[in-house]
Amino acid sequence: MSIDTDTAARVAKLARIRVEDDQLPALAQEFSNILDFIEQLNEVDVEGVEPMVSVTPMRLKRRQDGVTDGNQQDKILSNAPDAREGFFAVPKVVE
Amino acid sequence: MTDLTKMKVAEARDALRAGDMTSVELTEACLGAIDAADALGAFVHKTPEIAMEQARAADARIKGGEAPSLCGIPMGIKDLFCTRGVPSQAASRILEGFRPEYESTVTGKLFDAGAVMLGKLNMDEFAMGSSNETSCYGNAVNPWRRGNDDTALTPGGSSGGSAAAVAADLCLAATGTDTGGSIRQPAAFTGITGIKPTYGRCSRWGIVAFASSLDQAGPMTKDVRDAAILLQAMCGHDPKDSTSAELAVPDFEAMLTGDIRGKTIGIPREYHMDGMPDEIEALWARGRDMLADAGARIVDISLPHTRYALPTYYVIAPAEASSNLARYDGVRYGHRARLSQGEGINDMYEKTRAEGFGAEVQRRVMVGTYVLSAGFYDAYYNRARKVRTLIKKDFEDAFAAGVDAILTPATPSAAFGLGEMQDADPVQMYLNDVFTVTVNLAGLPGVSVPAGLDKQGLPLGLQLIGRPWEEGDLLNTAYALERAAGFVEKPAKWW
Repeated sequence: MSIDTDTAARVAKLARIRVEDDQLPALAQEFSNILDFIEQLNEVDVEGVEPMVSVTPMRLKRRQDGVTDGNQQDKILSNAPDAREGFFAVPKVVE
Repeated sequence: MTDLTKMKVAEARDALRAGDMTSVELTEACLGAIDAADALGAFVHKTPEIAMEQARAADARIKGGEAPSLCGIPMGIKDLFCTRGVPSQAASRILEGFRPEYESTVTGKLFDAGAVMLGKLNMDEFAMGSSNETSCYGNAVNPWRRGNDDTALTPGGSSGGSAAAVAADLCLAATGTDTGGSIRQPAAFTGITGIKPTYGRCSRWGIVAFASSLDQAGPMTKDVRDAAILLQAMCGHDPKDSTSAELAVPDFEAMLTGDIRGKTIGIPREYHMDGMPDEIEALWARGRDMLADAGARIVDISLPHTRYALPTYYVIAPAEASSNLARYDGVRYGHRARLSQGEGINDMYEKTRAEGFGAEVQRRVMVGTYVLSAGFYDAYYNRARKVRTLIKKDFEDAFAAGVDAILTPATPSAAFGLGEMQDADPVQMYLNDVFTVTVNLAGLPGVSVPAGLDKQGLPLGLQLIGRPWEEGDLLNTAYALERAAGFVEKPAKWW
């Protein structure tokens, strides 16, 4: 399948990765090559086959929906690029 | 003293317990070897203070008569594992400066068992790569060379630093992780042993996630016995990982008898690839003979969906990566791009991720975004999950027919030159994992054992694939293969 530059730009936008316009044709070409490779899967007869949800047959464990830790604001914020007054700081989101 | 670094884990354990040396002596020897080996690019964050403190504590523990298996053993830790207070950045710019406030379950278990951390090891960025060339730290270099040719070769990837460090005797053992072959391919490229256990054996908690349904941690060691010792310490149920198996961990080392009489070994015909070098075919045939001579029954088997494993992987792994890596947004940790006047939160996300992720990671995140996007989810992602079911069934059928383990080559070639694949299509690089990726898709244990040298003097490995949860039996077959292959070669020191 051939990917055009508009599609490449749309995917970059969805992935929240800035791609400059002059890079889009090369990116679209790379996508096309990878998708060509992936499209070999169309040869496989998957009629009636269940899509895998878990590689080992196991029931996911359940636990009490309760508070198990907390009171570690300083640790939570210790790696933040911008933390102020006990909060993560980000550019204005709501006008 | 430098010879101490050449010791295996089992030898060092016995010497420490006997009081023939101390962990401080052993750790100092490793730290010296590491400082003399910067040319290998293996250790990217050295932690000598932590190492010496842990070594002294281990010596005290041994003196007190309480010495677990890894007490005082100096190891390297792949940069993908979160280690408290120590940089853990998955070889990515986007996690620059990140120092976790917590310890991964696997490294925590190793340290509880007395292991000594020498530092963090190089890898491909977010474990995406097969040559360690996508690392933000620069390349890790294979200690092996082609005869007298001084071309720098890849140690493989993504656990390239781990492989180079163990092969060059900078540490006694290392941790790795394997999503599509990232323990077994670099082990094969550097003449060491590496095992990826069954999915669910090792807790993934605290290991930076790449593709959660495929990722598993495992040891990279100088021989099979050491792999058994380390794996034992790394495995076990962890309530913090909901896919971690609630199963008892057997004594893997005690299962190494070398007796494989009556075992059935399958040889899958689909692993004879077009264009595979004769030397790989010959090595595989020798491995088959070795196991037959050891008393195993050899049968030809078919795993009909093998050729679809790589395309399946290159849907599922990027899809999961695009979800997992969404957390790197410049808000809570790691890199944040500088913003210009008037730029908002979306600019922050987009610029941060463009600056922080390397080219291969960006490519995979975007491919994953595409295959999960509205209109393509069924055509790509769901179809790949169905083919994955069929790939797993191929193995189930072989095991149901009585096969105990499957023998294959570990890689389609020996180590290649750094930069040699630079101009190749990304798909060409992906072919490195052609023999290993099926094992991740089926959630099975797989081990790579060094089995010989090629004409250029480079190591080649064979892979054994086992039944789920039967790592002990698999390691025993690997042990028999190791003894028959008698691989003892080491790289000539040039660094």
